[in-house]
Amino acid sequence: MKIDNSTVDKLADLAKLEFDAESKKEIVKDLSRVLDFVGKLNELDTENVEPLVYMTDETNVLRKDEVVQEITQQDALRNAPKKDSDYIIVPKVLQSNPEV
Amino acid sequence: MSEDKYEPVIGLEVHIQLLTASKAYSGDSTEYGAAANTNVSPVSLGHPGVLPVVNEKMIEYAVKLGLACHCEIREYNEFARKNYFYADMPKGYQISQHHTPICNGGYITIKDTEGQEKRINITRIHMEEDSGKSIHDQDPFNTLIDLNRAGVPLLEMVSEPEIKTPEEAYQYLTEVRKLVRYLDICDGNMEEGSMRCDANVSVMLKGADKFGEKVEVKNMNSIRNVQRALEHEIKRQIDCLENNLLIYQETRTFDAVAGTTSVMRTKEEADDYRYFTEPDLPQVIVKQEYVDEIQAELPQLPDQLFEKYTKELGLSAYDATVIIDSKSISTYYEALIAVTSNYKAAANWLMGPIKSYLNENAIPIGEFVIKPESIAALIGLVKSGKVSFTVAAQKVFPLLVQNPNMDPESLAIEGNLIQDSDEDSLNDFVKQAIAKYPDKVLEYKSGKKGLIGLFMGEVMKLSKGKADPKKANQLVQELLEQD
Repeated sequence: MKIDNSTVDKLADLAKLEFDAESKKEIVKDLSRVLDFVGKLNELDTENVEPLVYMTDETNVLRKDEVVQEITQQDALRNAPKKDSDYIIVPKVLQSNPEV
Repeated sequence: MSEDKYEPVIGLEVHIQLLTASKAYSGDSTEYGAAANTNVSPVSLGHPGVLPVVNEKMIEYAVKLGLACHCEIREYNEFARKNYFYADMPKGYQISQHHTPICNGGYITIKDTEGQEKRINITRIHMEEDSGKSIHDQDPFNTLIDLNRAGVPLLEMVSEPEIKTPEEAYQYLTEVRKLVRYLDICDGNMEEGSMRCDANVSVMLKGADKFGEKVEVKNMNSIRNVQRALEHEIKRQIDCLENNLLIYQETRTFDAVAGTTSVMRTKEEADDYRYFTEPDLPQVIVKQEYVDEIQAELPQLPDQLFEKYTKELGLSAYDATVIIDSKSISTYYEALIAVTSNYKAAANWLMGPIKSYLNENAIPIGEFVIKPESIAALIGLVKSGKVSFTVAAQKVFPLLVQNPNMDPESLAIEGNLIQDSDEDSLNDFVKQAIAKYPDKVLEYKSGKKGLIGLFMGEVMKLSKGKADPKKANQLVQELLEQD
């Protein structure tokens, strides 16, 4: 796969990141190098190999519907860069999550 | 006018928040209304290195809804990560299902505008998790995040684009809400957001084979508002077409006060969620035996009850519909017909005196103090002729509300309300009544048969309402017809 500026722009958009022209050049180079490295795997013939999705044969690993309170509100907020006594604070967003 | 040229095409996506105690993939509580960011865990907070585990109730509820909607239940289920960033979804992805929705096919039956039954096919129902909540209106410069809702289990139910009118959409949602309430898997409360609906709507020329540009409408917090939003949106799209304006593929939001929709975001490019199989959650295999077990445990559902009430119990379609409309009402009715075989009388009592008492006092039927057995006894009293329906409803019933543990017949006796069907005393009343209006007796005899009501009224007055009306009527007639 060829990595160019438009690939980086698209990825940056999906990752909500911004790069200046100089960094973009570096990222094109880095990403290409990573892809070439992983691309090595394409040399293997996987024609008759079933895709491996899970690293375990286990199925139906389920829990009972029981409430377990592991942490406190204080614990929950501890890692937030910005917070008040109850909430995590983020820059103003206009709308609620459009996906759910 | 021009609207007749067009045909709307509507598909609905319904999010159903499940009534589990704990979250979809972790043990934190789902309780509504807790202090912000208290019902959380390292999993729902999206901390690195944590391991989600599927709540078995989510699978059970999905299978329940699937069976109730006549879906096929998938045996091999995978979860998938749907990747996108949003502040109230701290993992950066939502654990959902992609290629392997647990329920496939199926349908919801509604009545179309002509009153004919119509099936709206279901594309799929899949399991996923809710996001947290973003609060925009408390702080002018920031958004506040509450993650209590993050990870609460949801079922997303997607209909085929087969809904033709806003009215059909209203009916479809009403049926879905009834189902989830009967199944007891969701409280179906759209105002509080435990059931949510997004509508995909387009319009095309009647009979066209290609759909128009599709618009998604969101933020409708009642079934009625879904209908209003669709009415407005269809009109807007037709106006666009009539004026040669383009309709854009976009997401619009409904403003319930103005009754209009406005652009929320445009979709320049197709969404790219980079779905991939969730490696932290192994496959869930739903075996046929498990599905059979759930099937056997399903409660009686609205369609089945309707069949039973109209075909077996002889209720009118209207009565059956009113009783079935609310699960708590039909539950009471079921308890009532378990102890009386006067099905029609039971329905009349439930929808008459009981419902008006509950309405007047704003009491939910779940808290109604009178046991079905007592109502059955009351029905029996009326049937045996010991009290008239009017006396039972207006006198005995209020006494029973005050003394729910007393036997209705004892109350009626104590209150001196037992109907007089003793011929001797009735005869006295009838004679007195007739003696009081000699001129009316003559009029009656000359053909004014309607005057019987006057004599009956007098008999009832003299007997203080306790005369058995059927017998009294008979006696009055007999005496008047004499000579």
